[in-house]
Amino acid sequence: MEPIMAIVVGLLYAAAIYMMLRRSIVKLVIGLMLLSNAANLLIFTSAGMSRGAPPLIPLGSALPDGPVADPLPQALILTAIVIAFGVLAFAVVLIHRAYNIIRTDNLDQMKDTDT
Amino acid sequence: MSLEVALPVIIPLLTGTFCVMLWRHNVIQRVLSLVGSIALLASSIWLMVSVLREGHVVMYMGNWVAPYGITLVGDMLSAIMVVLTGMMAVAIAIFSLSSASKSHERFGYYPLMHLLLAGVAGSFLTGDIFNLFVWFEVMLIASFALLILGGERAQMEGAVKYVTLNLLSSAIFLSAIGLLYGITGTLNFADISVKLAAAEHTGMVDVIAVMFMISFGIKAAAFPLFFWLPASYHTGPVAVSALFAGLLTKVGVYALFRVFTLIFNQNPDFTHELLLWVAVGTMLTGVLGAAAQFEFRRILSFHIVSQIGYMILGLALFTPLAIIGGVFYIMHHIIVKTNLFLISGITHRLLGTYDLKRLGGMYKARPFLSILFLIPALSLAGIPPLSGFFAKFIIIKAGIEVEAWFVTFVALLVGLLTLYSMIKIWAEVFWKKLPEGIDPTPLKEGKTSGSLAVLYLPVVLLAACTLVIGLHGQPIYEWAEFSASQLLNPEGYIDAVLGGNRP
Repeated sequence: MEPIMAIVVGLLYAAAIYMMLRRSIVKLVIGLMLLSNAANLLIFTSAGMSRGAPPLIPLGSALPDGPVADPLPQALILTAIVIAFGVLAFAVVLIHRAYNIIRTDNLDQMKDTDT
Repeated sequence: MSLEVALPVIIPLLTGTFCVMLWRHNVIQRVLSLVGSIALLASSIWLMVSVLREGHVVMYMGNWVAPYGITLVGDMLSAIMVVLTGMMAVAIAIFSLSSASKSHERFGYYPLMHLLLAGVAGSFLTGDIFNLFVWFEVMLIASFALLILGGERAQMEGAVKYVTLNLLSSAIFLSAIGLLYGITGTLNFADISVKLAAAEHTGMVDVIAVMFMISFGIKAAAFPLFFWLPASYHTGPVAVSALFAGLLTKVGVYALFRVFTLIFNQNPDFTHELLLWVAVGTMLTGVLGAAAQFEFRRILSFHIVSQIGYMILGLALFTPLAIIGGVFYIMHHIIVKTNLFLISGITHRLLGTYDLKRLGGMYKARPFLSILFLIPALSLAGIPPLSGFFAKFIIIKAGIEVEAWFVTFVALLVGLLTLYSMIKIWAEVFWKKLPEGIDPTPLKEGKTSGSLAVLYLPVVLLAACTLVIGLHGQPIYEWAEFSASQLLNPEGYIDAVLGGNRP
């Protein structure tokens, strides 16, 4: 399973960077979305994947029976998804406002503040 | 329970919350903001006193003992940074009393400011790498919103770059955390340090180290990842740029100091050598970029970049004296840089522009302001006996001690070029006559106006800090020495955090 996930993660990163390098500001935001998803999947994969071993402790005992999946990466990913959602919501509003004010979606024409 | 570690995070969060509740009452928000900032400063001084007494102050959130729960750790470096955060908060809160416009206040200027401060303080105090990511994001989202207050075209353009590169940096940071978790299976700084030292050193560790370096390098505006900074910092409201200039990039520098002394200290031949060249590039490009500029805040923004180079240089040389120099430089820089931005705000208030070519005559009309400018400007360039001289002196001495001649030469050269930029501002804004066709009345009138006095107050206070660091630097040096000794002996940090739980 890991090799497939590794390829998927790699493809997501590649697609994200490709989109971010386009001129359109909308594609830039799509690139950022893909990037955060790629990072989340990377955490999921690199922390180790295991099937059918939920981290549940049976009633009456203090320790789980045998090895279980690590619940922490999922908690991390959940947090990261929520953060990425908030930040990307801001980014979408920002590009909408930016488009209304600058009247272009071409990043090459947003060079006034560059040096 | 050591409450003093949590207070610098809780106070700005509460202040921000109350400001949101009083959304329509701008006057109350202003007062609340000032009170909250003073409380933040007071709590940070309490933390500093505890750290000076005990070395490390640790608090386990929800009593989940490390490495299982989130830990807040105050060591000397964190304490210094938090005290500086408190000082900047007070300075900006006073300055905002007069500089924040009604429209900014209506769109949540004060709540965002305090949310930003909470994020900054949280980043300095957390002992958990994922928690550091969360605080970074808290800080970023507040800074995004602050930067575009006003919604002008330049702000939108700057914000697009600022947001994109900071989100990229966060994604790299998150990926690096994932890979590090895959190797060590823990998120606590101290525990990672122990596990990584015990694990076999593979190329993967170096890859992760470089990923952290890139991520924090973007946040700290290090070469070659600094382009977002001079493109965006000069666009926001002036109090906001002053706060950003003082604190935000320094959070990246702090993270570099923390991670590359505590966690990635096994292979300094590779990681710290790389940082050394990053530092050289940062110093040079920053100062050369500034030389080409003719806008007050853009020059200062480029100088942030070049000064970041000195701090990273302190970390990269990785000797006790160099780390002392790096910490000392951070202390000096935050105060001086915020002050220069505030002064640029006052000149903007007087003449309505940041363009050097349209400014002038300030020395004749406002001699006191000119002296106030000279103190931080000369300090930035490293003229004795101001704070910047000692900061540069320590780092250059450290460079000579390890016989890094080229780096030392660059550090000296950059000091000279900094002086050139500061003289350029001095000559254009203060010394030369007001250009023809520009209305001089706002310069002359209103000498006793109350609102200007409010703008002057934080500038005077910060200039006084610069003078104190310069003329009476011994205690400051001892604090930097204490923090350097803690950074170079991570055992103390690990023992304090893990306590009896060491494997």
